[in-house]
Amino acid sequence: MSVTAAADGLKDVTTPLSDADVESLKTGDRVRITGVVYTARDAAHGRLWPLIQEGRPLPIDVCGQIIYYTGPSPARPGEVVGSIGPTTGSRMDKFTPALIKLGLKATMGKGARSQPVKDAFKQYKGVYFGAIGGAGAVLSRFVKRVEIVAYEDLGTEAIRRLEVEGFPAIVVNDCHGGDLYQDGIQAYAREET
Amino acid sequence: MRDVHVSAIVDAVKKLCVGANLELEPDMLRAFDRALTTERSPAGRQVLQILKDNAQMARTRRIPYCQDTGFVVCFVELGQDVHVAGGGLYDAINEGVRQGYKEGYLRASIVRSPLDRVNTGDNTPAVIHVDVVEGAELKLAIMAKGGGCENRSKYTMLTPAAGIEGVKDFVIECVKMAGPDACPPLILGVGVGGTFEKAAILSKKALFREVGSANPDPTLDALERELLARANRLGIGPQGYGGDTTSLGIHVLTYPCHITSLPVAVTIECHAHRHKEATL
Repeated sequence: MSVTAAADGLKDVTTPLSDADVESLKTGDRVRITGVVYTARDAAHGRLWPLIQEGRPLPIDVCGQIIYYTGPSPARPGEVVGSIGPTTGSRMDKFTPALIKLGLKATMGKGARSQPVKDAFKQYKGVYFGAIGGAGAVLSRFVKRVEIVAYEDLGTEAIRRLEVEGFPAIVVNDCHGGDLYQDGIQAYAREET
Repeated sequence: MRDVHVSAIVDAVKKLCVGANLELEPDMLRAFDRALTTERSPAGRQVLQILKDNAQMARTRRIPYCQDTGFVVCFVELGQDVHVAGGGLYDAINEGVRQGYKEGYLRASIVRSPLDRVNTGDNTPAVIHVDVVEGAELKLAIMAKGGGCENRSKYTMLTPAAGIEGVKDFVIECVKMAGPDACPPLILGVGVGGTFEKAAILSKKALFREVGSANPDPTLDALERELLARANRLGIGPQGYGGDTTSLGIHVLTYPCHITSLPVAVTIECHAHRHKEATL
């Protein structure tokens, strides 16, 4: 079991994730993620796409893993990583259902996802974490190790293996059909005057 | 004529790029503080507090506020009595960007062609707009424009019959469409009038006004206040987690237009509103 409820009301998530872990996460849960997280954004997804379509092996085993949509800024000498906040998840909507079907358990980014992505989360047990967009300096402190594992020529868009400790996020879309963005608007929208 | 050597332009642009990315401007920090007093949502208040912490950490640890260190948009006001000496103005600005992004450990986010998408590796070129003005000064205003919010910017050609109500509805529709994707709380630059390209450029230029300041035109100021109040009733909130702070400022610039036209351009800017100016 790698999702545990902490005394402070947050949930501690340790990778890799099982179906049961995903099922225990609910929209609005605040989590701290510890373990391995892979980065991939537009260009890396573009290279994974033909491999997925042809059923060929991917450069990373996505089973049980989290993909974080980010392209970090360069690390200063002596630092682990530069600024590392999330990019917009919807640009990866085209690729996500197929990755979830292959066993990827979670994606992390910011912004709303398409209905096919949400359907894939329900069907194959997946979850979408929101990290705070534009808080890349703060988020860098939770990244303890970085290693490029594929597509180094893509620079910031290479696939990186991150080791994170207590990385803060919130469950936006769970595998039960929940959507934090819709709940938020419902709770706070006021009548037009 | 007054000579301004390109080396001074390179240095100025370099400093502006690094400074903008590491030191969020005081107008934004004040806007976060104001929002913290009005935001009802606990999640929203928490996001605003983290953004303040993020600005502080960026400044003290010399790490960019956001990993998307932006597309450099540079507005130049070139005094007509200035002679740029020692090279080209555009080359100097791009050299400043190149040096600033290398030396400041800022991300290279520009591809050489929108079609083949090979990264240029040094965040050049910048998008450069030059206005020739009276005088012997050269003013450089740069913005490190994030891509995620830029992708949510919109344009429409309304009919004159749609009028000011049409403009208002379009702006609010843009905020709704941007939703959580564009990293709210947002700043909106709105360009109304002119031709197709003029409205778009105005929408960028509008973003340079201090956030929280009044529009010098009382009619536009009233329009901005009404739009901001409406945007903040949508409930999107900081990061889209729900709340009252969807936008921190909506800035409108207008230009005369054709009797047939009512162009409206809206540039969406995120809370990583990195803008800095220098005068040489």
